[in-house]
Amino acid sequence: MNNLDSHILKIINEELSRKDSAYNIRKDGKSIERASTDNIKIESKTDKDGIDIYVKEGTINGYVHIPVILTKSGFSDKVYNDFHIEKNSIVVINAGCGIHNDAHKDSSHNGIHRFFIGENSYVKYIEKHYGEGDGDGKRILDPVTEVYLGKNATLEMDTAQIKGVSSTIRQTKAVLEDGAKLVIGEKIMTHDNQTAKTIFEVTLNGSNSSAKVTSRSVATDKSHQEFISNVIGNNECFAHVECDAIIKDEASVTSDPKITANHIDARLIHEATIGKIAGEQLIKLMTLGLSKKKAEETIINGFLK
Amino acid sequence: MIELINLSYEIDNKKILDNINIKFDSNFTVITGPNGSGKSTLAKIIMGILKPTSGKILYNGEDITNLSIDKRANMGISFSFQQPVKFKGITVHDLINLSSGEEMNVHDACEVLSQVGLCAKEYINREVDSSLSGGELKRIEIASVSVRNSNVTIFDEPEAGIDLWSFNNLIKIFKNLREKNNGKTIIISHQERIINNSDKIVLLENGKVKEIKSTKELNNIVSVTNCCKVGGDINE
Repeated sequence: MNNLDSHILKIINEELSRKDSAYNIRKDGKSIERASTDNIKIESKTDKDGIDIYVKEGTINGYVHIPVILTKSGFSDKVYNDFHIEKNSIVVINAGCGIHNDAHKDSSHNGIHRFFIGENSYVKYIEKHYGEGDGDGKRILDPVTEVYLGKNATLEMDTAQIKGVSSTIRQTKAVLEDGAKLVIGEKIMTHDNQTAKTIFEVTLNGSNSSAKVTSRSVATDKSHQEFISNVIGNNECFAHVECDAIIKDEASVTSDPKITANHIDARLIHEATIGKIAGEQLIKLMTLGLSKKKAEETIINGFLK
Repeated sequence: MIELINLSYEIDNKKILDNINIKFDSNFTVITGPNGSGKSTLAKIIMGILKPTSGKILYNGEDITNLSIDKRANMGISFSFQQPVKFKGITVHDLINLSSGEEMNVHDACEVLSQVGLCAKEYINREVDSSLSGGELKRIEIASVSVRNSNVTIFDEPEAGIDLWSFNNLIKIFKNLREKNNGKTIIISHQERIINNSDKIVLLENGKVKEIKSTKELNNIVSVTNCCKVGGDINE
């Protein structure tokens, strides 16, 4: 790893220094460092590019890091990563991706992640996406996440697209069994001419299953964002989807919510708000001595925290 | 000290404030008057939230009429909103840090909150958003302003929405501000107990100063304001 790799890793995956972690660092389409632990095994797939991560039953406080770095301009990377979490486990997974593109060709990473989470297990999944570089080549990230939550299993998923990603289409699908719980927090910032599209499809099959999806986004300059969600309640269940967006300059945001209840005891809620920064918020922070510019930054940083 | 000279404010050809002349030289001045008399407008003009149509605002002799809100704040003027502003993602602790201008540790931030009768641990990491009740937001607003220890602090109807919290605590905060920095407090209020604790009362009516009285003449004025008070207009 060179200095640039370390710099990107630090931005997308701050916790990598943990010694008790299982990890796989992927750079420009190849695994460059890997370690397994007694309870967590990482193995290469034999039929396609990617890895299988196996977490043993009853693993408590397991840590997995699978950062991806792209530094070759024009490189298009596609990887299949499957997480097999056995029952009664508690695991934290970090999966950031950083692209550095200093040239003219487009660079892209397409990570297809599948989670098979066993009964009573709890998984925290953190994903940071980041782009940088002086070239005019695009930095493209198109992640696909599929989640299968077993009985009473929980997935908390925090995703953040910090900055510098030219284009993204994020697709997340989840299927929940009895008592399963899904909590997703998504944060996206776009600028210049960037585009971001997120698509959620959550199917609540289990009795007393629940889902909470919160999306907070800021679109500036001439960027465009689109939020699409479809939550389907097939049993006695609860879901709350909230999409909040701040727009600035000539940016635009579309929110397209859909909720489908196929069971009389399915309670599904969707809330969406799009608008500029409220004038009263700016005034309040200015009465505390912040300049208008600083007040605006503080509001946006808080919103995306 | 704040001084208003020949200050007027008009909107849509309607005079909201008409040739106001006031010297806020007392420690604790209450501006009172019936709904629609221009009290909140006057407070917002002092802070710079609204610009007067004509007239001058002096702060310690310096003309601040055309200065921005943040410049006035940094000169030592603070403002407590009648209706507290909500933020998604900004916590109570963040707001106290922003107000005090420093990173306060949890213990000190909790001290600030306990002054307004809030059990700090329950609130410190909560977002300043709709999950808090109106009364909770109001107390946090008062706490965040009082921690600034400004030379001049303006409270726009601090009693509105205070729910079960006692007025004694509110009065205590005003006294603290006076003791620290010898700060001057300007309060828009209809509340008799707040008026009773003031050094000076300004009675506004139809955008004009009807009377300015000191504590000595307090009793007469209280009876006058009682005649016209009916709560307070949020959008005034």
